Amino acid sequence: MTTKNIMIVGVGGQGSVLASKILGHLLTVQGFDVKVSEVHGMSQRGGSVVTYVRYGDKVFSPVIDKGQADFIVSFEILEAARWLEYLKLDGQIVTSTQQLDPMPVLTGAMTYPENLLEKIKATGLKVDALDCVELAEKAGNTKAVNLVLLGRLSHYFEEIKSEAWQEAIEFCVPKKFLELNKKAFELGRNA
Amino acid sequence: MKRLMQGNAAAARGLYEAGCCVASSYPGTPSTEITEEAAKYNEIYCEWAPNEKVAMETAFGASLAGRRSFCGMKHVGLNVAADPLFTISYTGINAGMVICVADDAGMHSSQNEQDSRHYARAAKLPMLEPSDSQEALEFFKRAYEISEEFDTPVIVKMCTRIAHSQSLVEIGERVDDIEVPYEKNIAKYVMMPGNAIKRHPVVEDRLHRLKIFSEHSDLNRVEEGRDNSIGIITSSTCYQYVKEACEDLFSVLKIGMVWPLPDEKIKAFAKSVKRLVVVEELDNFIEQYCKALNLKVEGKNLFPIEGELSPNIIAEKLLNTNNSGKKLNETLPPRPPVMCAGCPHRGLFYTLNKNKCTVLGDIGCYTLGAVAPLSAVDMTLCMGASVSAIHGFNKALENYNGEKNKKVVAVIGDSTFMHSGMTGLANIAYNQSKSVVIILDNSITGMTGHQQNPTTGYNIKGDPAGKIDLESLCRAMGFNRVRVVDPYNLKECQEALTEELEANEASVIISRRPCALLKYVKHNAPLKVKVSKCIGCKACMKIGCPALSIKDKKAHVDNTLCVGCGVCVQLCKSGAFASTSTSSKEGK
Repeated sequence: MTTKNIMIVGVGGQGSVLASKILGHLLTVQGFDVKVSEVHGMSQRGGSVVTYVRYGDKVFSPVIDKGQADFIVSFEILEAARWLEYLKLDGQIVTSTQQLDPMPVLTGAMTYPENLLEKIKATGLKVDALDCVELAEKAGNTKAVNLVLLGRLSHYFEEIKSEAWQEAIEFCVPKKFLELNKKAFELGRNA
Repeated sequence: MKRLMQGNAAAARGLYEAGCCVASSYPGTPSTEITEEAAKYNEIYCEWAPNEKVAMETAFGASLAGRRSFCGMKHVGLNVAADPLFTISYTGINAGMVICVADDAGMHSSQNEQDSRHYARAAKLPMLEPSDSQEALEFFKRAYEISEEFDTPVIVKMCTRIAHSQSLVEIGERVDDIEVPYEKNIAKYVMMPGNAIKRHPVVEDRLHRLKIFSEHSDLNRVEEGRDNSIGIITSSTCYQYVKEACEDLFSVLKIGMVWPLPDEKIKAFAKSVKRLVVVEELDNFIEQYCKALNLKVEGKNLFPIEGELSPNIIAEKLLNTNNSGKKLNETLPPRPPVMCAGCPHRGLFYTLNKNKCTVLGDIGCYTLGAVAPLSAVDMTLCMGASVSAIHGFNKALENYNGEKNKKVVAVIGDSTFMHSGMTGLANIAYNQSKSVVIILDNSITGMTGHQQNPTTGYNIKGDPAGKIDLESLCRAMGFNRVRVVDPYNLKECQEALTEELEANEASVIISRRPCALLKYVKHNAPLKVKVSKCIGCKACMKIGCPALSIKDKKAHVDNTLCVGCGVCVQLCKSGAFASTSTSSKEGK
């Protein structure tokens, strides 16, 4: 099988580390060669962050290049737009509709682009956008956006059974948050 | 079953399996997790040292005592530890000693992009370079074998993409503990000229023998390609990029031991291909080496010396393919990292900016004080430079401009102060500049992800440990003026700043409040804006808090980010901020 590429993009602190951990475990158990790459340190402090997840028969590069991502999973619309050129022309975007103003916008030096989601859709790329914050809140905590997104992503992996996702979540999530995370996953998956 | 492991965790596993007993490091992205992960194995004594030089000398001491030892650091940390490095090369070791250095091409979290391979050549030490997690584990074990066989410390060089990428790893068992009893050997271990003169030829001979080892070692291996039009010499993460881009099209000489390099293997490889290309990140280290062997070679004529490489860059140059996706025709605002909501540094930097201070800065989260709207940092160089540089700044002004400059301050974090600030402070105390040094004591090493340090009172495992009292330390150095402020209290910050800048002697202000992200820190309920009271003056926007924004010309608080620190409240003349303390989030 050729290598598949998933990028998780968002703002430092939004929970992409747990999402990539669950994906990494899931794909390893499925028997794939897997590489997961993230950046730690300064950029984590509320900056733009990206995590690369790659799997297949044999994976070489730990990073995903422009025009190579099969999926971009995004916590935030501006970040989906920022990493857009990494998507394959037939790739799929799964994004939360949340908008978070970066510091240059907060200070008034720049403005948050208007109708950004519509502009992304107008490129003709495949976009699946949903209000993950609302769904996470429904599950019990707005912090569970990561699991809502993962649930939505799971919907595109017909070959991986629901039980395998459940097992990966159970493996990676501490017990006291398990119920919440499972609920958030289901809400995303069935949205 | 193979398990998914981060490169740094796999390196730590390698330490464990190799029977490493003592690990001493200073945290630095991207190397930090090696020692953090090693600390999870009870068989390895692990610690955070105050700096990399201390860590390396500690590891050397442990090796001398007869136990396999380790120290890890980021590329700039090796500059700090360069002094012992060059002479441990002369003494050699007793039990195996491994040094890890992690480079940061692309500067994800660093102040420069230096290439640590030069250190291996300069210090005449062997250097191994793994290209994924499995190799990280194996190379750390191999490094101990080489260390003991050749009586040398061995450097293992990581980089951000190897250190922070996870790939599949097969783990093994720990070897039985190795003990090499210490034996007195003045000629080997006392590096005074008479002895060191005799050790230098030993180093040269060792390098010669290591070169022969490098020629025959499977650490440097040829992978035959389908055609011989191009032969690629590469190592580390670049090896993965080459395989990703070219698969098995071209022959590859994969370098796992990057110093000393295998001359004959390189020459034979060059002979077997029509065109020789070196793919390496940062400097043209291998390329220049090939040129010195009189080989016709390409490298930096194709690939940039700055930043990271990637499969696309290689495919573009060697296969003439061009991969790209669709881009939006739109200017997107950047999202730089920012100080967190509730960060204790914010109130102090606001005060410094308001007073138009010249701020000599240092390395840590507070470097972000340079970002608008705080824009409060004038200089950041390296660990400890703030304290040394303010002394020089003031000496230049005091001696040649006649009087004390009443605007300049140095700022340095607690961990950075312990690392390299104390010696600069000693210079101020000794040579008597009227400098104002502000220690930003957030009770943790913040930027690298919350490591303990000598001022926190806890060790790497979180157990109680020695605690250095900053006030007593500064007073013992001779500072009469040492005061503590709460950076959440703007009035207190302002008073301290005004008084200390006016004082006719050197002083230390300790700005003390724990990092807002520490789990034990109790926060207040988020604030809210009473819209009827807000006049939209934007005074609160001057502190650059990510929880604050302007919506419909009024201030707005993001209650998922706000921790109720109250700094903005002190800026609001209209009394528009109020607590949401009746909500269920109280005390969270």
